[in-house]
Amino acid sequence: MIHATGLTRTFTTKTATVDAVRGVDLDVSPGEIVGFLGPNGAGKTTTLRMLTTLLRPSGGTATVAGHDLTTEPTEVRRRIGYVPQGGSVGPAALIGEELELQARLYGLGLPAARERVTELLDRLGLTALAARPAASLSGGQRRRVDIAMGLVHRPGLLFLDEPTTGLDPRGRADLWDDIRRLRAESGLTVFLSTHYLDEADALCDRVLIIDAGRIVSEGEPEALKSGIGPGATLDDVFLAVTGRALREEAAA
Amino acid sequence: MTALIMARHYVRVTMRNKLALVFGALQPVLYLVLFGPLFARSGAGSWNVLVPGLLVQLGLLSAGMSGFGIVFDQRFGVLERLRVTPAGRMSLLLGRVLKDTLVLLIQAAGLILLGYAFGLRAPLPGVALGLLLVLLLAVSLSSMSYALALTLNQDLFAPIMSTVLVPLLLLSGALLPMSLAPGWLDVVSRLTPFRYVVEALRAFFAGGYTSADALVGTGVTLAFVVAGVAVGTRRFQHENA
Repeated sequence: MIHATGLTRTFTTKTATVDAVRGVDLDVSPGEIVGFLGPNGAGKTTTLRMLTTLLRPSGGTATVAGHDLTTEPTEVRRRIGYVPQGGSVGPAALIGEELELQARLYGLGLPAARERVTELLDRLGLTALAARPAASLSGGQRRRVDIAMGLVHRPGLLFLDEPTTGLDPRGRADLWDDIRRLRAESGLTVFLSTHYLDEADALCDRVLIIDAGRIVSEGEPEALKSGIGPGATLDDVFLAVTGRALREEAAA
Repeated sequence: MTALIMARHYVRVTMRNKLALVFGALQPVLYLVLFGPLFARSGAGSWNVLVPGLLVQLGLLSAGMSGFGIVFDQRFGVLERLRVTPAGRMSLLLGRVLKDTLVLLIQAAGLILLGYAFGLRAPLPGVALGLLLVLLLAVSLSSMSYALALTLNQDLFAPIMSTVLVPLLLLSGALLPMSLAPGWLDVVSRLTPFRYVVEALRAFFAGGYTSADALVGTGVTLAFVVAGVAVGTRRFQHENA
């Protein structure tokens, strides 16, 4: 589903150049839920933005959902969904209207778009909120709206950038259930970045750990933990490969 | 096609907040009502001279400030959400521009009707041509406004634009004809594009459809449309836009 080789991204500011991503190789198979872990500033969001066509790589190549990232960005866009970290709907926007627009931008006619929106709202428990402005929704509801935006065209691959940041424990558990259910029902492939190691542990088939712009470790959560020692947690794995505690980074 | 889908969405959002339509046109309306009667008796010209100027003022303020909307879309992640869809980058721009142009059409029609109530007596074909020219101006101004909004620091867009638009408006001769200006001011005025748009509008309103003023002003406006849409599209295609 994703095959990337040597992805790099360099930002040039007035005073310096910053190598945010320094050569990332990654492979994700269809139907996998892959967690992308790393401390703040490790290059998670930059990598995600490259893989979703929002940012042109400085170097390297990638095939996403069967199409080349740089030569066929429109084909990639048709096949992927992206749920960004900071939300995707303005405070005054009405949920139903925004979803309808999103569906139409993927080529659905008006009746089909409306039908799809009704179905999605129902599936994500948002039906009663269709005519409400985003500002009046709770954090968890708004997150589900963002996910609905990313799923409106039934993509085979969904990118989630820190999907549960700011949610309460119940909201997080519900969201995990939603993601598992989507995979079970439609074979959705999920690539998600997260700060939370328990999230990666509970949800992901496989995790990639990125630090300072490079993948420093990857594997199934169980295998990574047993590689460190008996009773080890993913926190211990993270500490071992990056020399830092992710939690401290997240809290800072 | 995608541009029309976008435009339909934005029009729906705009029509929910009709007060904003009125407020966007408030300044030219105030000039018409509170300054127009003075102007008409000052010897500077008739309502047929003032109303074209106020239409350009409306275009500058309404379409010129339209980029403000995208500042919020950028802040709330809406723009990114649209950019990961297969929608053409030019459509993402033109959908907004179409909406702004329609808004301007409604505002301009209102302003002209109000002008008639006060004493405007321009021939209908001239008014129609003038309206068309103002709409073209709106297309270019709104495209450029979006390009600027995506380029400038988000917090600076509104103050910079409102500061830049005032001298451009004064130099266009929209409020008082530049025929009254001293030589140096006339020269500076000729260096700004909107001078020619105002003069073409006045020529249309006076029935001079093929006069030099009308042709030059139309040419300048068309060039402005091409430049505006080119700049806007380029900015929208930019990877970080």
